[in-house]
Amino acid sequence: MSTTVTAPAAAVYDNRTAFADELIQLARADERIVAVCNDSVGSSNLVAFRDEFPDRLINVGIAEQNMVGVGAGLASAGFIPFVCAAGPFLTGRSLEQVKADVAYSQHPVILCGMSPGMAYGELGPTHHSVEDFSWLRALPGLDIVVPADRLQTRQAVRQAVASPRPMYIRVGRHKVPDVSAADSVLERGRFQTLRDGTDVTLIGTGTLVSRALAAAELLVAEGLSVRVLNAAYIAPLDVAAIVAAAEQTGAIITAEEGNVAGGLGAAVASVVGQLGRDARVPVRILGLTEFAPTGSTDFLLDYFGLGPEHLAAAAREAVLNG
Amino acid sequence: MSGTTMSQATLLTTDAGQVTTWRELQAELAAASVEARSALLHRRANATRSDVVRMIDHAGQGHIGGDFSVTDILTVLFNGVLRIDPADPQLTGRDRFVLSKGHCAAALYATLASCGYFSPTELLTFMGPLSALNGHPNRNKVPGVETNTGPLGHGLPVAVGQAMAAKLAGSDARVFAVMGDGEMQEGSNWEALMSGAHYRLDNLTAIVDRNRLQQGARTEDTSSLDPLDEKLLAFGWELRMIDGHDYEQLTAAFAPSSTGKPVAVIANTTKGKGVSFIEDRVEWHHKVPSAEQVALALEELA
Repeated sequence: MSTTVTAPAAAVYDNRTAFADELIQLARADERIVAVCNDSVGSSNLVAFRDEFPDRLINVGIAEQNMVGVGAGLASAGFIPFVCAAGPFLTGRSLEQVKADVAYSQHPVILCGMSPGMAYGELGPTHHSVEDFSWLRALPGLDIVVPADRLQTRQAVRQAVASPRPMYIRVGRHKVPDVSAADSVLERGRFQTLRDGTDVTLIGTGTLVSRALAAAELLVAEGLSVRVLNAAYIAPLDVAAIVAAAEQTGAIITAEEGNVAGGLGAAVASVVGQLGRDARVPVRILGLTEFAPTGSTDFLLDYFGLGPEHLAAAAREAVLNG
Repeated sequence: MSGTTMSQATLLTTDAGQVTTWRELQAELAAASVEARSALLHRRANATRSDVVRMIDHAGQGHIGGDFSVTDILTVLFNGVLRIDPADPQLTGRDRFVLSKGHCAAALYATLASCGYFSPTELLTFMGPLSALNGHPNRNKVPGVETNTGPLGHGLPVAVGQAMAAKLAGSDARVFAVMGDGEMQEGSNWEALMSGAHYRLDNLTAIVDRNRLQQGARTEDTSSLDPLDEKLLAFGWELRMIDGHDYEQLTAAFAPSSTGKPVAVIANTTKGKGVSFIEDRVEWHHKVPSAEQVALALEELA
């Protein structure tokens, strides 16, 4: 695998800043909003929230199972709890609470997977949250939202407050550029079309959206017509957009900062694979295939073939070979 | 393909006639002498146990031992302790009850039906195809259920959250959770016990149904809990140790905290309580009675 390091092309931002800022703004107007965390006041960027609403920041300590249960209890009694913890511990340690107390019980808890993917690069696979899509997609009734930038992060927080359903939000720490148009709207269960084309569709989510756009630039320069979709919602899945991509473009490339087993790409392939023979197109799934070695987030993204040139290469290959 | 739809049986609804019956019992209990009150509660509890026998007989499965050990606890809570209205299950400011030992759903269903949350005629659908009355309780199908339980160690953390919610809302609502004693082997309960004490949730009562048996053996032969009283005290809870089948002691144990701390009740119970051949026998965790045993059990409970 290549180890080329990709330089960021534009100003980049940590989405936790937009998350905390929007949360505080909403909390000023809505006393039902509370935050629950696991000794992660700092890493969940909740210091300002705690300072302004000390009674509404519930830090249960290093006890993630209890944390998610407490969130469910608060939601069951009419509060709007943002349960914040580093993604791997929120989803892995508390998976049964997320299943039984949140998804199955349908308590409208907002699970905030902070610093997801490989944001904690060198800390290693114990601290990477790359299984969350696979685990949480298997739970009916749980929305999965992956904001790609600051604007979508704010929109996701607002949607979470307004939604009667439980939701999981990946709140990114690894800095990313803005990709959304200022007037764009985050719609539940919909991918966003960032550019349209007919030869190939690139579907990225979270940190991979800007990389998909960069890959498209490379391909367009070679004369290909490229569609780029931002999978801001993983669940509910935008089946219509996937079917349209299969019908209107010649191949689909998915890219995610997550394990390929059961993630976004698997979801897309499951849709395409069930289409009629004439409607099917080749699908290439880019993501993690093993526990990560030591390295920075950028290093690891390239190590796993998630740089713009890797996405472009996969697109070329799929278009060529079918 | 969308993966978004939740197929749910229709939510059961209030049985107005049964609510009236329950209200009449509440009035009778309030006016009764201590002895008469205990006699009324005993009759109500054994009627619930009889319902459980019929449900398990009909379904061919269930957890009769734990159902019977927790029945008196449920009977006291739902007849004079909990501030609830079975005609309005979502009553604002209501007290909350969480059955963390969700495998004893049959006892909870029979208790809820006796209050009129839904018709007692539903009870025989227990564990039948598409019944709202699943083997473990589902709040989206059964009024009176506050959260879905089944996997052990889930109820107390949720109850902690509900108690925090009452505090944040400035409500005097109280929260009660019942754990099996074997369930106290789950680490999540001890996380929740720490939170309850740290946040001084004096509106929260955690009840341990201490029947000393778990699925496969005695608790003390499996992963011993004793000294459970010292552990709960060390975790910062006000402790009450009682006979979990004594209605006066149960009622007193469910009084509000007197220390500003959350209250832990160790209810010493007998698994299978009420039927001689089921009592305190490990095999009756989820054994199903034969037709002859059903008749004998109903006779003893009559």
